[in-house]
Amino acid sequence: MFFTYVYRELRRRHRQALLTALGLAVGVALVVAVTAYASGVSNAQDEVLQSLYGVGTDITVSQQQKMDQAGSQRFGMQPPDQAKQGKKFNRSAVMTSPGQQSISAKKLAKIAALDGVDAVTGSISMTVMNVQGKFAQVKGGSAASASSSGSSGSAQPASGPSTQGQTQMSPIDVSSLSVSGVDVSDLKLGPLSAAQITSGRSFASTDAKAKVALVTRAYAKQNSLSVGDTKKISGTKFKIVGIVVLPSGSTSSDLYISLARAQKLSDNAGKVNQIYVRAVSADNIAAVKKEIKLTMPKATVTTSEDLASQVSGSLSSASSLADRLGKWLAIAALVASFAVASLLTVSAVSRRVREFGTLKALGWKSRRIVGQVLGESMVQGIIGAVLGVALGVAGARLIAAFSPDLKATLGNTTRMPGGAPPGVSGAMKALAGAAQTVTVHLTAPVSLQLVGIAVALALAGALVAGALGGWRASRLRPADALRRVD
Amino acid sequence: MLYELTGVTKRYTQRRKVINALDGVDLRIAEGEFLAVQGSTGSGKTTLLQMLGAMDRPSGGTLLYAGRDLAKLGEGDLGELRSHSFGFIFQAFNLIPTLTAQENVETALVPWHVHTGERRRRAAEALDGVGLADRARHIPSELSGGEQQRVAIARALVREPKVIFADEPTGNLDERTRDDIIGLLEQLWRERGQTLIVVSHDTWVASRASRRIWLDSGRVETPPEDDGSIAETASGPVPEPALRV
Repeated sequence: MFFTYVYRELRRRHRQALLTALGLAVGVALVVAVTAYASGVSNAQDEVLQSLYGVGTDITVSQQQKMDQAGSQRFGMQPPDQAKQGKKFNRSAVMTSPGQQSISAKKLAKIAALDGVDAVTGSISMTVMNVQGKFAQVKGGSAASASSSGSSGSAQPASGPSTQGQTQMSPIDVSSLSVSGVDVSDLKLGPLSAAQITSGRSFASTDAKAKVALVTRAYAKQNSLSVGDTKKISGTKFKIVGIVVLPSGSTSSDLYISLARAQKLSDNAGKVNQIYVRAVSADNIAAVKKEIKLTMPKATVTTSEDLASQVSGSLSSASSLADRLGKWLAIAALVASFAVASLLTVSAVSRRVREFGTLKALGWKSRRIVGQVLGESMVQGIIGAVLGVALGVAGARLIAAFSPDLKATLGNTTRMPGGAPPGVSGAMKALAGAAQTVTVHLTAPVSLQLVGIAVALALAGALVAGALGGWRASRLRPADALRRVD
Repeated sequence: MLYELTGVTKRYTQRRKVINALDGVDLRIAEGEFLAVQGSTGSGKTTLLQMLGAMDRPSGGTLLYAGRDLAKLGEGDLGELRSHSFGFIFQAFNLIPTLTAQENVETALVPWHVHTGERRRRAAEALDGVGLADRARHIPSELSGGEQQRVAIARALVREPKVIFADEPTGNLDERTRDDIIGLLEQLWRERGQTLIVVSHDTWVASRASRRIWLDSGRVETPPEDDGSIAETASGPVPEPALRV
């Protein structure tokens, strides 16, 4: 009798039942779509942070260079003697990343010994500047020395007052190459943790002192390099053993060599300028950060959470939109759908006063009648859940299909306070100020858990509506069945 | 005596106004009696039916049914009484519009938690008893007024109650159908010996009863056309008058 009565009653007022179910469905669909959107934004942020930060890295440690420690680089382009005037020259210099101070590798052991630390590795990033051209030719005098300017391209040597005669200046080519030295014994942490080998091989643990290098695909293409070729870095030839590609926007160098080789090239034996730390669990990160700060008070210790707060751009705006407007919109829609369902259910019960009064007169208990109303409401809730999930998934697919690519920009965390130190050329100033921008396509994933939550919400709405309707029905008196027909 | 009413009153408050729907009713109803309750609109007929049918409790006085004071029973006990001892027939039939004729009769057996098969069998028998076996699968909208009222009668009788209450059972029917329905009620009353209490403004319907009472302003009064003697009907013994004005 129960199921027959529920089915027949819903069939009789199928339009109202469908309306009630649709009301619930719209609220639930909005929750699904907004939650999927928020998940997509969150996934995009994770993708951004991973590409900017590296997979598996929880904390990075670096140390700002003191202002008075920064030096200038001179390439000695003055011809040593008269005979060299007008002759070709080629000079290169290795500089560690501007603004970053070298850190003793002993600090790595100290950090590794801290509670909550799972793994530690260090790297050294540097820039190899190369200046080539012809010595200036002076008739009757000597040219002033020149400094490099710009990261690449031609530059005019600065000319000071000539002692006598006229100076003939030739174009000078300045180029730079970014190189990172990595710990080849543990590539799962550090700059190459997110790298993928597209050709050749990665580093092996036996490459610690070898003169081998990995080159990024973009650089290889630009310079027509392939596996097996050699590349000279500050006078040392390195054999290219692999070509790698890193996630878009990630902090990458052009070339990667072993840490030991990089330390030797940059004259930083036993030192690193970037430390990567992996915590035992996400819960430990804050505590580990605190411990590292105590161990290295002058260091800049950055977690992925710190980076996340620095992210700007359309991705950041999308995240704010999801958090603020989206969340409250979904809640408002859900409350409205509950209210609509409740009103419609109570209204339906009010129209069945004579019917329920008759059943009470026949001896039906209040709880039996409340159960009837609840049963009808739950069926509407199930229909609403199915419709709501379908609408929500469709909405999420539309978001994923039509949302524009989002950009996330992260300012360089090693930016030197107060600008570049005196004597640093324009090229290094630009390197110091470079920001990282990542482009991601927004998805709106709908997980099974989200579907479960959506179904639960629809059923909860139906339960609320049914409870209110049932309460109304329970208050009906059997005597209501005897009301006169007008 | 099945019913003994002494000084029964019922007050309602409507828009801050106190309405005395029943104003000191004294009445006795014997078991197996066919009683007609008459009166003008607003005289308290329906209220009296509600009191007798355990649908509501009186505000004052004593209302004894089979020795039990209904005024002192809780809602649960009143519900038990309604489901086991009383059957109801309403002016508007009050059938569930989405259920078939048989299912409507079955609704009377739901409170008894009867097995589905047994429930269906008894409902089918009750419908057969009112001559509607061939209409069992039809919903109320597919039945005529007379047929709907027959279904309502079957529903009222399926539990074999002690008392049947009919509130204007022919109010929505034409004359010929009215005659059929009252004839059926009378026949069933004779066959089963149940107490039948009918509220009707129709003098002809009332005349079929073994006794009739007249309500005026919540009190039992002498019927306007009555010369003081109790109306006798063609059927059944007439009990001793128990009216007190």
